[in-house]
This record gives sequence, structure tokens and C-alpha cells, in this order.
Amino acid sequence: MRKLVELLLTFMKIGMFTFGGGYAMLSVIEDECVERKQWITRDEMMKITVIAESTPGPIAINCATYIGYQRAGVPGAIFATLGVVIPSFGVIYIISTFLDDFLEYEIVAKAFKGIKIAVGLMIFNVGRNMMRKVSFEILSRIIWSSAFILMLLIDIFSWKFSSISLILIAAVIGVSASFVHKLSEKKARNKRK
Amino acid sequence: MIYLELFLGFLKVGFFSFGAYAAIPLIREVVLEHQWLSDETVTYMIAVSESTPGPIMVNLATYIGKSQGGFLGAVVATLATVLPAFFIILLITVGLKSLMKNKYVQAALGGMEPCIIGIIMATGAYMIFNNCIFIGNNIVCDMKSVLMTGILIACMYGYRHVKKQKMSPIMLMMISACLGMVIF
Repeated sequence: MRKLVELLLTFMKIGMFTFGGGYAMLSVIEDECVERKQWITRDEMMKITVIAESTPGPIAINCATYIGYQRAGVPGAIFATLGVVIPSFGVIYIISTFLDDFLEYEIVAKAFKGIKIAVGLMIFNVGRNMMRKVSFEILSRIIWSSAFILMLLIDIFSWKFSSISLILIAAVIGVSASFVHKLSEKKARNKRK
Repeated sequence: MIYLELFLGFLKVGFFSFGAYAAIPLIREVVLEHQWLSDETVTYMIAVSESTPGPIMVNLATYIGKSQGGFLGAVVATLATVLPAFFIILLITVGLKSLMKNKYVQAALGGMEPCIIGIIMATGAYMIFNNCIFIGNNIVCDMKSVLMTGILIACMYGYRHVKKQKMSPIMLMMISACLGMVIF
């Protein structure tokens, strides 16, 4: 029981004090769980980060679930995950009660009009930064540019085509490309024989 | 049944969003499809989520859930975004450690990654475009927004050159809030 409460409180602290999305959270989680509490090793932390990046969901949630499970099984995973969620749930819940009244003030509405412009730029920039990390072969470039153009068209003309379908199509292309690659390698090997 | 709709909608978001920002296009899509909120309100909430603690996806789910179904709606939507991540990690740690190393899983992820980046960038580009140009009966260009976009881009590049590091999103939003009060 003490373990569970400790997990809950630690991850509530992590959830409460990390602004600006997943990557900021990773460094706080590392500081708290690797350096101070020594719940997991640095190697393990690296491994979780890699897994978290390639599985769906917020990175912080992925880490909390993993660390919670390692510490105290399924209940641990539940408590740690709830810990991350509760602070942001509370804060947003309170803000959302005020936001509409808040927007009635002209000066606030103007400020938000400005922020609206920053949000578009920010999202575009995040995409550009992510692109630097990807090894860009010709296939990735084709997938990237077609996804970009298609999504833009979907948005502009309000087409009824979900981005989830785009992601699934890309996954199928990825798998089939690796099949083709394997087949051509086999052929090359047979020829050499 | 709004709770079921919220649950299924955000389950979809939770399952298909790899990384916090990848959730934004999906959330916009789900919200606009069900007509829960206007495009503008979603954009405001993205800004609020970015400057409050916690994962953006969770923040947005809480807000949208609350606006549609009160406290229970907020709980349902938040849980739905978290559940897929929770169970997938549990599966991987409990028994399927080798799953992530599987060649086909890697190939699928390799295909999805550039696609997701393309979607994120298109969403950002569309938001910028949408701020500057209205397409109603005739096409109107909002010069104030174009001017602000220009100033903000200049600020971002200037900051990167002088400080040798990226401007934090919160700082960008503070600058844009001040500019908004002056220009609009």
C-alpha cells in the first residue's frame, strides 16, 4: 500500500510540474525515478523512451505505466498512470469553467486571437523538428510529401477522409516495402549461387 | 448517448496518436466531425493545454469531455485517451518484449513515422493559412493576421540566431498574446 501511495504522489508531482509536453516530462521522470528514487536504471529509462516513442499515447503515460508496473505490478501501473493524469485533469477542469467568461473581456479575446496565430506556427515547427530525427530514404520522402499534400487538401476542402486511414495506408506501405526488399535480396542471393 | 460517443472518439485518438502533437490533428478531426466545438475554440484550447501542466492530449480530452458532458464526460474522455497507451505498454512489459523488435512491426512504424510528420505539418500549415485567408462567398485576406504571422516567424528566427536555441512554445505564445492585444 505504501508503495502505491508513493507511486501516486511521485507521478502526481511529475504531472503537476511539467509544462510543454512529453519531452520536458522525460527529463523530470529521469531525475525523479532514476537519480533520486532509483526505481529503474538509466539503461531501462532509455529503453522505455524508445518504446514510448513508438507506441501510441502520451510519452509520460507510457513511462508511468511501465515504471508503475515494474514497482508494484498492475495496481502500481494504474496508480502511477492516474498520478500523471490527475493534476492536468484538475487544472484544465478549473480553467474550462472560467475560460468562456474570461473570453468576454475584449483584451483577453484579442490576446487569444494573437495566440491562435502562434499555435499554427508552433505545430508546424514541431513537425519540422521531428523530421530532423528521421532517416530520410526515398520511400519516407514520398510518404511524407503525399501525407502532407493529402492532409492539406482534406483540411481545405473538408473531405471526409480520416487521417487515421492515411496512417494505416502508410503502415501497409512500410510493411510491403520490407517484403519487396526481402524478396529482391533473396533473388540477388540466388543469382550469386 | 454522448458518453459513449466521447469514449469511442477519444479511444480512437488515444490509439492512433504517436506522441503528443500527433494527437492534435486527430482531436480536431473527431471534434469537428461530431461538431462538439468550433475550430476556433479547439485552437484556443491547444494554446491553453500547451501552457498548463500535463500531456496536451489529456488536457484537450478533459476540456472537450467537460464541455460536452460535464464532470462525467471529462472523466470518460480522459480515461479513453489514456487506456490504449496503458494497455499497450502493459502488454509489452508483461509478455511481448520482443514485439517491438519484430521486423514487420518496425517496418510498419517506419512507414507511419513520415506520414504522421506530414499530417502534423499539414495541420500547422492549414491553421496558418486559415488564420490569414477566409474563404466565404469571396476570398478575403486578413492583413493583420498576415502581418502577425510575419512578425512571429521573424521573432523565432531571430531568437534562434541570437540565443542559439529554440524558442519555447510558452514564450512564443506570450509574445503572440502581447502582439494580439496591440494589433487586433
